[in-house]
Amino acid sequence: MTRFAGRPLLNWAALAAAVAALIAVPEFVEIFTLMQFTLFAAMGVLALSLGFIWGYGGILSFGQTAFFGLGGYAYAVSVINLGDSTGAIGIAIALPAVFAAILGYFVFYGRISDVYLGVITLTVTLILFNVVNATAGDEYRIGAAALGGFNGMPSVPTFNMPGNPSMVLDPTQGWYATGGALIFVYVALRLLLRSPFGRIAVAVRENEVRASLLGYDPRLIKLGVFVVGGAVAGLGGALYVNWGAFVSPTIFALSLSAEIIIWVTVGGLGTLIGPVVGCFMIQYLDSQIGTQQTFNSNLALGAILIVFVLLLPQGLIPTLRTLAGRAIAAPSRTAAKTTVAERPAEARQ
Amino acid sequence: MTPPVPLLEARNLTMRFGGVVAVNNIDFTLREVELRCLIGPNGAGKSTFFKMLTGQLTPSAGTIAFRGTPIAGAASHEIARLGIGIKTQVPNVFNGLPVRENVWLAARRRNTPVQAKRLVDEILEKIALTPRADDLVGQLSHGQRQWVEIGTVLAGEPDLILLDEPAAGMTDEETVRTAEIIREINQTRALIVVEHDMQFIKMIAKTVTVFHQGQILMEDKIDAVMHDERVRDVYLGKKVAA
Repeated sequence: MTRFAGRPLLNWAALAAAVAALIAVPEFVEIFTLMQFTLFAAMGVLALSLGFIWGYGGILSFGQTAFFGLGGYAYAVSVINLGDSTGAIGIAIALPAVFAAILGYFVFYGRISDVYLGVITLTVTLILFNVVNATAGDEYRIGAAALGGFNGMPSVPTFNMPGNPSMVLDPTQGWYATGGALIFVYVALRLLLRSPFGRIAVAVRENEVRASLLGYDPRLIKLGVFVVGGAVAGLGGALYVNWGAFVSPTIFALSLSAEIIIWVTVGGLGTLIGPVVGCFMIQYLDSQIGTQQTFNSNLALGAILIVFVLLLPQGLIPTLRTLAGRAIAAPSRTAAKTTVAERPAEARQ
Repeated sequence: MTPPVPLLEARNLTMRFGGVVAVNNIDFTLREVELRCLIGPNGAGKSTFFKMLTGQLTPSAGTIAFRGTPIAGAASHEIARLGIGIKTQVPNVFNGLPVRENVWLAARRRNTPVQAKRLVDEILEKIALTPRADDLVGQLSHGQRQWVEIGTVLAGEPDLILLDEPAAGMTDEETVRTAEIIREINQTRALIVVEHDMQFIKMIAKTVTVFHQGQILMEDKIDAVMHDERVRDVYLGKKVAA
């Protein structure tokens, strides 16, 4: 397979289109739809975190919501105590990253296999859910922030202009911040994948034994990927809490953990855009199905997953790329055949 | 004057898998820039020996030292960083990545980006895969994948290269080319080559170590090994000896 020569140009065009859409969307949609898109974008960041660690690091985490939830709570607690979202967003990224580093150290340096990694991440999510759920009562406070147990934390201050707590972002600005964060994370991960670290991470995913025989420590590389995934999920958590101005233990819900896997599977594993597309698509579908009472939305989600696994196992984006690749290759093959067919005639002349 | 420290020194090396002793109390020494061939029938312990040298297996007993540094039981990446590279029996490459990326991954670890790019280009020329540099390795033939792995090992610039059946699955022309490359590499680096093809062994070997049932049967010059009755019996077979 030869790389498509026009791909860098296509990437720049896609980035320009994404930025244009980010700017244009508030002009064309109503506030409710804009808020919905803001939610999708926050979840898109979460989808990117799993798409990155699973698709490029080969790490299937069933507990990405653990980092998402930690990021959400870290933001809520920090913003209440600091009174400014600027530092709180940083804490929401840093705390899950540190947690991922500690958890990942024991998992990867303990040489725990992929199946058990899934079980451990799932268990950690459940533990966090139960721990946070049990923090009802006034004694469970971090500074000025009451954790609120199963009731969650209402009226969490939303994003303000960096360093200026008095200038709180309105819904349109919130959309710019969330959509901009999604684009920023996408570009940052794309650049990371082009860096030596990213290329080695992909090599470790491809063949761990060969990577170690070349002198790379797969445990360290996987830990690095896991930490980046944790940090990105944490940012997603902060964006999510900013969207709803509320956080509760349901942020650690196993149903959400499963849903992210569906987003990535449907959009396409091994791509960065796939998980975002899958996330937007499924969430939009979910919201539309939610408006009727004929059938359960979870049933529809399950059916979609089965259809994709059976008919498009690579996912939407890789399948579209394959089809586009064939469409581009077909004319050149035809041209080559024509040239070969014309050769005898040319030789006769 | 104290004798120079050998490049590789294994003492009383043993590898047991349950009740099976794959390598049984062997001593092995290799000098700097030496080329050694290992021969022996299947199951003699050659590949197990390689796996212990590269950290893929931890010896049940015994020691291994690389330039005096103990490496028995060390992690594969630590041993690779000390300067031991391996081409395995079955091509062990990054099938889902392009040829160039496979070689680059090895070259980049010890080189700057510019140096790594130059080294990759040189190696792709050497292994005659420049025209297929952007193709995925998984799409190449078995022989070409062998070349990719050899190129990858070379790009790591190790001081000791272990080649497990480098000529397996190659055409006669490719086999001759492989022998040429091995001799060229041996100008500056040590190699241990495991091979069954005796014609190939004759092309490259100076000293040969014969493995049999996890032990070293003999170690001598190629001619002496080829004419030894015991070697003929256990490895070449009596039919050939007759």
